[in-house]
Amino acid sequence: MYRFIQTVLMALFLTAAATPWVRAEEGLRDLVNALGEAKLSNMDEHIAALAKTGDPKVVPILEALGEGNLYARKADGQVFLTEGTGSKLALTDPVSGDSAGEAPKTQLSKVKVNNSVRRAVRTALGSLTLLSPNRDARLKAAKSVLQSPDADALDAVENALAAEKDAEVRALLEQARATSLLVSDRPVEEKRQAIQMMKQRGGRDALPVLSIALGSADEALKPDIEAALASIEQTQALWAAGQNVWYGLSLGSVLLLAAIGLAITFGVMGIINMAHGEMVMLGAYTTFLVQEVVRNSYPGLFDWSLAIALPLAFLVTGAVGFAIERGVIRFLYGRPLETLLATWGISLILQQSVRTIFGPTNREVGNPSWMSGAFELGGLAITWNRLWIILFALAVFAALLFLLKKTPMGLQMRAVTQNRRMASSMGIRTPLIDALTFALGSGIAGMAGVALSQIDNVSPNLGQGYIIDSFMVVVFGGVGNLWGTLVGAFSLGILNKFLEPYAGAVLGKILVLVLIILFIQKRPRGLFALKGRAVEA
Amino acid sequence: MITSFLVKSLDRTIITAAAILLALAALVPALNLMTAPDHPLHVPTYLVSLFGKYLTYALLALALDLVWGFCGILSLGHAAFFALGGYAMGMYLMRQIGARGSYGNPLLPDFMVFLNWKELPWFWYGFDMFWFAALMVVLVPALIAFVFGWFAFRSRVNGVYLSIITQAMTYALLLAFFRNDMGFGGNNGLTDFKDILGFNIHADGTRAALFAASALALAVSLVITSGIVRSKLGKVLVALRDAESRTRFLGYRVEHMKLFAFTVSAMMAGVAGALYVPQVGIINPGEFEPGNSIEVVIWTAVGGRGTLIGPIIGAVLVNGGKSIFTAAFPEFWLFALGGLFVLVTLFLPKGVVGTLQQHLARRRANREAARKNGEAEFAAAEPMAAE
Repeated sequence: MYRFIQTVLMALFLTAAATPWVRAEEGLRDLVNALGEAKLSNMDEHIAALAKTGDPKVVPILEALGEGNLYARKADGQVFLTEGTGSKLALTDPVSGDSAGEAPKTQLSKVKVNNSVRRAVRTALGSLTLLSPNRDARLKAAKSVLQSPDADALDAVENALAAEKDAEVRALLEQARATSLLVSDRPVEEKRQAIQMMKQRGGRDALPVLSIALGSADEALKPDIEAALASIEQTQALWAAGQNVWYGLSLGSVLLLAAIGLAITFGVMGIINMAHGEMVMLGAYTTFLVQEVVRNSYPGLFDWSLAIALPLAFLVTGAVGFAIERGVIRFLYGRPLETLLATWGISLILQQSVRTIFGPTNREVGNPSWMSGAFELGGLAITWNRLWIILFALAVFAALLFLLKKTPMGLQMRAVTQNRRMASSMGIRTPLIDALTFALGSGIAGMAGVALSQIDNVSPNLGQGYIIDSFMVVVFGGVGNLWGTLVGAFSLGILNKFLEPYAGAVLGKILVLVLIILFIQKRPRGLFALKGRAVEA
Repeated sequence: MITSFLVKSLDRTIITAAAILLALAALVPALNLMTAPDHPLHVPTYLVSLFGKYLTYALLALALDLVWGFCGILSLGHAAFFALGGYAMGMYLMRQIGARGSYGNPLLPDFMVFLNWKELPWFWYGFDMFWFAALMVVLVPALIAFVFGWFAFRSRVNGVYLSIITQAMTYALLLAFFRNDMGFGGNNGLTDFKDILGFNIHADGTRAALFAASALALAVSLVITSGIVRSKLGKVLVALRDAESRTRFLGYRVEHMKLFAFTVSAMMAGVAGALYVPQVGIINPGEFEPGNSIEVVIWTAVGGRGTLIGPIIGAVLVNGGKSIFTAAFPEFWLFALGGLFVLVTLFLPKGVVGTLQQHLARRRANREAARKNGEAEFAAAEPMAAE
């Protein structure tokens, strides 16, 4: 106590002698040094006094106090910010911010903190930063008050609100005021308004605040709180459902990508191509190779690597598909079960080739910068790569539809599949069209591989995981109908994701498989069946 | 009636094949057990187990041939029935371990103790009795095949669609058996078997007996299949394979016949699986892999579908090749298997046995024709001589 009086006296003396700004600085120093003397019980008064100065220098001091890095020198009672662990600590003068050398720990005594002190520090910090000239700092402070509502912060928030000009910070502050108000002892009417305001804003973090308030609230307020809770929960449930739909769309887009090439080879041509998954895999490995070249030779082009890989993958897998059709499949037309076996054999050979060349382990394919990260849309969390894949799947679908319906090649393809002999009589080179159609389907599978390399492991087994799913999509959607494939893919994706929360991921998948099997019993030709004589051919 | 069935079912090839199998069933165990290890005719135990395994594969291929070769149903899920039979046998073997497991629980298998289960799930009851397990080996695959086939054939799901949904079925079962909650040991499956019917499962004698049982089962199944194929029903099966609509319009209940063949085939596959499990000592969900079922198809195709001994020869040939290949050049086995799929479908659509039969038949026909020609010439020459 003696030392305290001494310092105060000295401070008074100095204050009297100094210019006004020095006086302010010295006043701050006194307040800081007073912390070294304070008891835990009256610490909050000291902290409040510090906060009242509104000086930005107080912020690091309070932060250090909260973290237990504030020490008082035993010799003269000076309080310092300290850094470091071990027996010696580096000292920093709290007011000037200059370094004050080092001191052994034995010569210092720690300014004591407990939870109630920490709380006081937080509140003080909150109100201090709420008035900070820096907009981002204010935004952060408002968010922190919003997340941990505190009746003590209410005055600070209201002060800040009165001074605030920025619309976004203002909105946050108003919400923060509402949450803090609920836990304070303000009149009921004010609280009711706060509840209304929270109800409108919604959001997951409002729920615990309201539930806590419900426990201690006035009888008069309870119905309001309950109504607000119900309304917020309802919106939350809606958002959750929306998120599920999004996941379902995302899964559906993957299914669509995997299945759309098959919709050509199986759906349009009627070839059971069990090597379809391997085409996807080859596309993914093409991406890997392109990225290796880009990384080693032209690192600046990395963001473009996928754009380079797309046409390459199309060409590579298209060429492989062309070779398969000319080499094997054309001898097996009209024998679908044999085609199935032969293409299965081809898939084994392709898998083993890739395994021999690239090794059995996963290969790393990177995300370009524009595909990484996520953003929030209302209550939805959306990752960029999933969004791009959905867009890409739809783009591929549209391009394919255009090709089939609006170009001469598409016309010839459809002519050959509908009536081969007639098409041949009209001068269409049917064998070439067969090979090109198969190459197109394979090439699209390769492009799917480029996209899937972004979300899946690139390994020789990549394709196997998709083959059954893709067949399910095509069969479910209806063979020979691209729109069926689109609807099939997205409905299976969404169905899967809605079953998952109830049944778990694996059981959900099993249920979907069983449902498809049952569905095929009911409608053997799929969702959008072709009608007429073409069916039996 | 049984004799007439037998008489009808036996032609020379089947009698020879069954006799060879029975001879093997007696001879191989004898050579394994009764000769000294350095005797030139001694059959080492590992070979007995290996060929016992091949025989169960052969039985599976025969089962597939009944539906694919004679009925035109290409099932891509037959390994599922094999695995179901295997699981039923595995459950019996698990219950036989009793208190000798690592946790020493007299009732619960190790994996259940590990998962902290307190009591035996209801579907494990009864599997401590061999007769019950043996019944389930046949009944469970039969039931699943019946239900599946009932839905599929009734709504006339045909050809590749049927193939794809059989594949989906085995895939669904694969996923299901991978789950720990199913109560079949999850990922690890059932293993660490100790004895079967009171005999140590690792003993030479037991292994020889299992080989004999596999050969016997194969011989019996061969005769039964042959009986089915040669009966009137078998003729209709072939008819519906070649022209389903026409057979239906002639008034046959096509779906009932298909269902019958499919169910019998699943039962045979189940028996094969049950004999397979004690010989390899483990059953896990990997057996449900769709790839396995497709491999069965290639055994049948190599040997010759639509012939009865073809699948048996095909299964032994392909698996023998696999054993040799995977030991010598492990890298190239998949190339070889893949090439086999392509080459057999392109150049040997009837398989080894089918091509051979065709060849023999053609030669016989040629000889017949030559003989007839000769007779005709003789007849033509006669009057001239008389003149």
